[in-house]
Amino acid sequence: MKLKLLGSWEIKKTNTSSALKKFGISLTSIVLGLLFAGLFVLITGKDPLKLYSEILQSSIGSIYGLSETLVEMIPLALCSLAVSLAFRMQLWNIGSEGQFYMGAFGAAYFALFFSNLPTLIMLPLMLLAGSICGGLWAMIPAIPKAFWNVNETISSLLMNYVAYFWMAYLVYGPWKDPKGNNFPLTKQFPESATLPVFGNTRISYAIFLVVIIAIAMFFLIKYSKWGYEISVSGSSRKAADYAGMSYVKNVLKVMFLSGAISGVAGMAEVSGVLHRLQQTISPGYGYTAILIALLARLNPFSIVLVSFLMGALMVGGFSLRTSGFPSSMVSMFQGSILFFVLAGEVFNNYRLVRKKV
Amino acid sequence: MVKTPMVEMRKISKEFPGILANDQVSFDVNAGEIHALLGENGAGKSTLMSVLTGLYRPDGGKIYIEGNKTDFSSPKDAVNYGIGMVHQHFKLVQPFTVAENVMLSIKDLKQIYNLKEIEQQIIKQSEAFGLTIDPKAKLWQLSVGEQQRVEIIKLLLLGAKILILDEPTAVLTPQEANALFETLLKMIKSGKSVILISHKMNEVLENTDRITVLRDGKSIGTVDSKKTTEKELAKMMVGRNISDLLEKKPFQKKEVIFSLNKVSALGNSGLLKLKSISIDIYRGEILGVAGVDGNGQKELAESVAGLRSVKEGSLSFYGKDCTKCGRKKRIDLGISYVPEDRMTTGLAPDLNAYENIALNSYRKYPGGFIQWDKVRKDTDRLIQKFDVRLASTSNPVKMMSGGNIQKLLLAREIDSDPKLIVAVYPMRGLDIGATDYVKRLLIEQSEKGKAVLLISEDLEDLLSMTDRIIVMHGGEIMGVVNPSETTREEIGLMMAGKRKVDLHEA
Amino acid sequence: MDLNYIIAILAAGVVAGTPILYASLGEVIAERGGILNLGVEGMMLVGAVSAFYVGTYTENKWLGLLVALIAGGLMALIHAVITIGFRASQVASGLALTIFGTGLSAYLGRNLVGIPPTSTFKPVVVPILSQIPVLGKIFFVQDVMVYLSVALVVILWFVLYKTKAGLLLRAAGENPSAVDALGHNIFFVRYTAVIVGGMLAGAGGAYLSLAYSTSWVENMSAGRGWIAVALVIFAVWDPRRALLGAWLFGVIASLGLHLQALGVMIPSNFLQMLPYVFTFIVLVLTTGETKNRRSGTPAALGIPYSREER
Repeated sequence: MKLKLLGSWEIKKTNTSSALKKFGISLTSIVLGLLFAGLFVLITGKDPLKLYSEILQSSIGSIYGLSETLVEMIPLALCSLAVSLAFRMQLWNIGSEGQFYMGAFGAAYFALFFSNLPTLIMLPLMLLAGSICGGLWAMIPAIPKAFWNVNETISSLLMNYVAYFWMAYLVYGPWKDPKGNNFPLTKQFPESATLPVFGNTRISYAIFLVVIIAIAMFFLIKYSKWGYEISVSGSSRKAADYAGMSYVKNVLKVMFLSGAISGVAGMAEVSGVLHRLQQTISPGYGYTAILIALLARLNPFSIVLVSFLMGALMVGGFSLRTSGFPSSMVSMFQGSILFFVLAGEVFNNYRLVRKKV
Repeated sequence: MVKTPMVEMRKISKEFPGILANDQVSFDVNAGEIHALLGENGAGKSTLMSVLTGLYRPDGGKIYIEGNKTDFSSPKDAVNYGIGMVHQHFKLVQPFTVAENVMLSIKDLKQIYNLKEIEQQIIKQSEAFGLTIDPKAKLWQLSVGEQQRVEIIKLLLLGAKILILDEPTAVLTPQEANALFETLLKMIKSGKSVILISHKMNEVLENTDRITVLRDGKSIGTVDSKKTTEKELAKMMVGRNISDLLEKKPFQKKEVIFSLNKVSALGNSGLLKLKSISIDIYRGEILGVAGVDGNGQKELAESVAGLRSVKEGSLSFYGKDCTKCGRKKRIDLGISYVPEDRMTTGLAPDLNAYENIALNSYRKYPGGFIQWDKVRKDTDRLIQKFDVRLASTSNPVKMMSGGNIQKLLLAREIDSDPKLIVAVYPMRGLDIGATDYVKRLLIEQSEKGKAVLLISEDLEDLLSMTDRIIVMHGGEIMGVVNPSETTREEIGLMMAGKRKVDLHEA
Repeated sequence: MDLNYIIAILAAGVVAGTPILYASLGEVIAERGGILNLGVEGMMLVGAVSAFYVGTYTENKWLGLLVALIAGGLMALIHAVITIGFRASQVASGLALTIFGTGLSAYLGRNLVGIPPTSTFKPVVVPILSQIPVLGKIFFVQDVMVYLSVALVVILWFVLYKTKAGLLLRAAGENPSAVDALGHNIFFVRYTAVIVGGMLAGAGGAYLSLAYSTSWVENMSAGRGWIAVALVIFAVWDPRRALLGAWLFGVIASLGLHLQALGVMIPSNFLQMLPYVFTFIVLVLTTGETKNRRSGTPAALGIPYSREER
């Protein structure tokens, strides 16, 4: 491609790319993404800039907003870390939402029916139950993928709906709180099944889990043999076979762990924030997590950062409800940013060169 | 009277990041001529032809077709000028029929096409040049030689006046190659021009009118095929007198390192690709496997390396049964594999050099963690020892050039001190320098007592390097020959399906 | 359960399957061209909301349908530019599009919730044919979009296998470099395939809001876009089988609803799971079937094409 502008330029393929350039491209993408989404707001006669400032103010413009952002960050970061693990192996686990619900279900089982257990046993038990339920739910798309190469994107997503209806069944049916005025809610969890919070915020101790899992994942991927196998398998299945790695076993292990971490997120949400089960326990954390993982390029620490930003966006979105906007409209901004980030990737491989006359 | 050449390329230049692929190359072809473009891999032949066919835009220079100045901006322009190319990797759609594939080439095909009419046209054109083909046949049902015929027919129906063939005999038996050249002769008699890209000197000396030699992106010169010699061509191709033939000590049979006993295996499509193969591989031997691509050689290599399970029969390593051993176990046993597909099988393309070096040795570190500093040291050592050129060990290996990728792979495999090396088309696509290096490396390994199973399509390489050659056809071994006692014709017949036993009966 | 009841379930099945059919046919086109489009769900939603908005305010369902086609096409254009022009990951782009479409449709439809429709697609009785016992009542007392969808299947089959456009499309999905080298515009073929696919997804969405449930609710497609993508595999990328798959799915979904009404003692939530579980099973079973490369997944599906590969 040749451009005649201020002399003759040309777009050429390059072998190198610097970290600064990558950062610059990401930043430009975010700005362009927000502008693009803002266009749609503009056509319907509303002021996008006012919208953005409202979002910013309500999310990080106040102490309350900041603490709520951290509350949202926890499930977002956990689900994101979960899906990023699968993505590293090119396993497109879109089922994080369903695994989240099943993790909540597993944890709630102990909270509701073993309410006499002391906290020190109850909480770890709930954590374990949540992770196992999430992991097993991920096995449903994982097994067909591992053995028969069935598309895990669609199968994991279908399971989200099944999990959602299972939750509905429980809260409308057998687990409904008899004293709840017929609302689709379970009884409130006992004190022992509640994760403690910081001060009078809603930020639960689950935030430690975020830190622990992020750090663990970093070490896993970078230094462990298993992490290496995941990286190789994600780059080329043939190379993994060539090196004697068991692709099938790794698919199962990775998907289980991915589901388990989403399950932990579910447990953290019902134990630390909601304190009960209800029909909708997630405003789409599992889906937003996918965006976060892609935007953060699967890096655990970037994930935590981007989760914070997305959390802010979500909190801002909630506040928009008072102005008559649906909170889910923030998905517009998120998706739009991802478009530009994806398109921007191509510039990592190309550079503008001034032609010598 | 000087006739205007059919094709004239004047001072063509084309650059890629880090490489000047074509440096002011001038090249012309007359009507009714077969003109060879000779050069080692990486000399710039494919790039030059990609420019001629409109796939690449040149950075400098001009192209004239029948005296008219042209400016190709896409393959469509080249097609309009009557230029057609048969690539090394066929541009065919496997699930389509022959007719459907040919239709993709027809200029201004009607939206609602008349299938019968087109089928008849195909039969007419193909018979005119002696290429028989069934328009209704599905492509995957045809042999490679037949598929090549379809490629040529496509060009004919395209109205091509200038036909470019890229290494056409690489996938053919010697007999099929002869048939191809007969067809080409018929074509030039009708006034067409043929450009033949090749790296095989003897082939171009016998079958072409003129030869243009490229080296390192430059045109070295154009000679008359009848007036030149192999030696002269070699000097032009390489720039120096090539060293004498590789020295290989005569081989004495010692102990058997690997045995296949009546081994049968299925291919990826579920069909039987290996049929009751029995052969022993000896320590210190280079055992060559000849045959047209697709006759079971790959499946043989994969079965030995542990990447393909055996349906029937048994495999043994130093006498001990290892039929059911997986790839991991065979790596431990010392069976190394240099695959045909270097970039996605032998290496993980998105990982960097030192991450790839660890591929066959990462398990040796104690505990669950890899000691990357040791890996880095090993990588640096190997890169130096094997003269691997790369921009940075932190870049993904997919950015490396073909020859260096192969060197990196070999470096890794050889460093693991294997007992048996299975190499599949290891010299394919490498320039003379790298090819020479790989050959010497493999011979060196065999002299150190390792066994090498070498699968190659280049008969010259096989004849010069190996101690024995087995020829495969249809998944079976047609015969085992000694390179010093056999001829290219004998091997060619075996490649085409005649058993050695039958050959000697006549 | 008497015959009339069975007829009712089957007829309702056709209706339930029609939005999926439109979306599936669109995805068949896109995937045949080599591009995986996971944004169908988002496109259906944007189609649904724009069709409802325009159709209700102009009191013209056809205008609504037209706008849905345009909306779906425009969204598909984004996907096409990112995956074909910028050669980015098709999976990631599709996911971004679904999330974007979900948000955009929620935003655009914020004032439409609860608004009654003014112009919808109602069943049209086909003379004579509807008198056929049993079959007549199932197939020939449907709305115009159902009839159009069947016509579309036939047209698509013809174009795919009997025309130059279909030939190029199929070749584009199998071996794009061949198409390019032979002088055709591979990029045009792929862009067209994706955009047409998006338009049909939009049409599927329009059917949801103007015929199936004649209303707008946030997220009303409830995963149908994903089911449409799954059914493409069941259909082995063939329009006729897509019809079978879509209607089969529709009957299962309709069965679930009717079983509830019949008082069958299965909790409604499990019946709601039925379509998704069914699709999952179908997906697993048919993936094995298409392992045979001869008549299966387009070889170049999901792989970005670039001319200058070095």
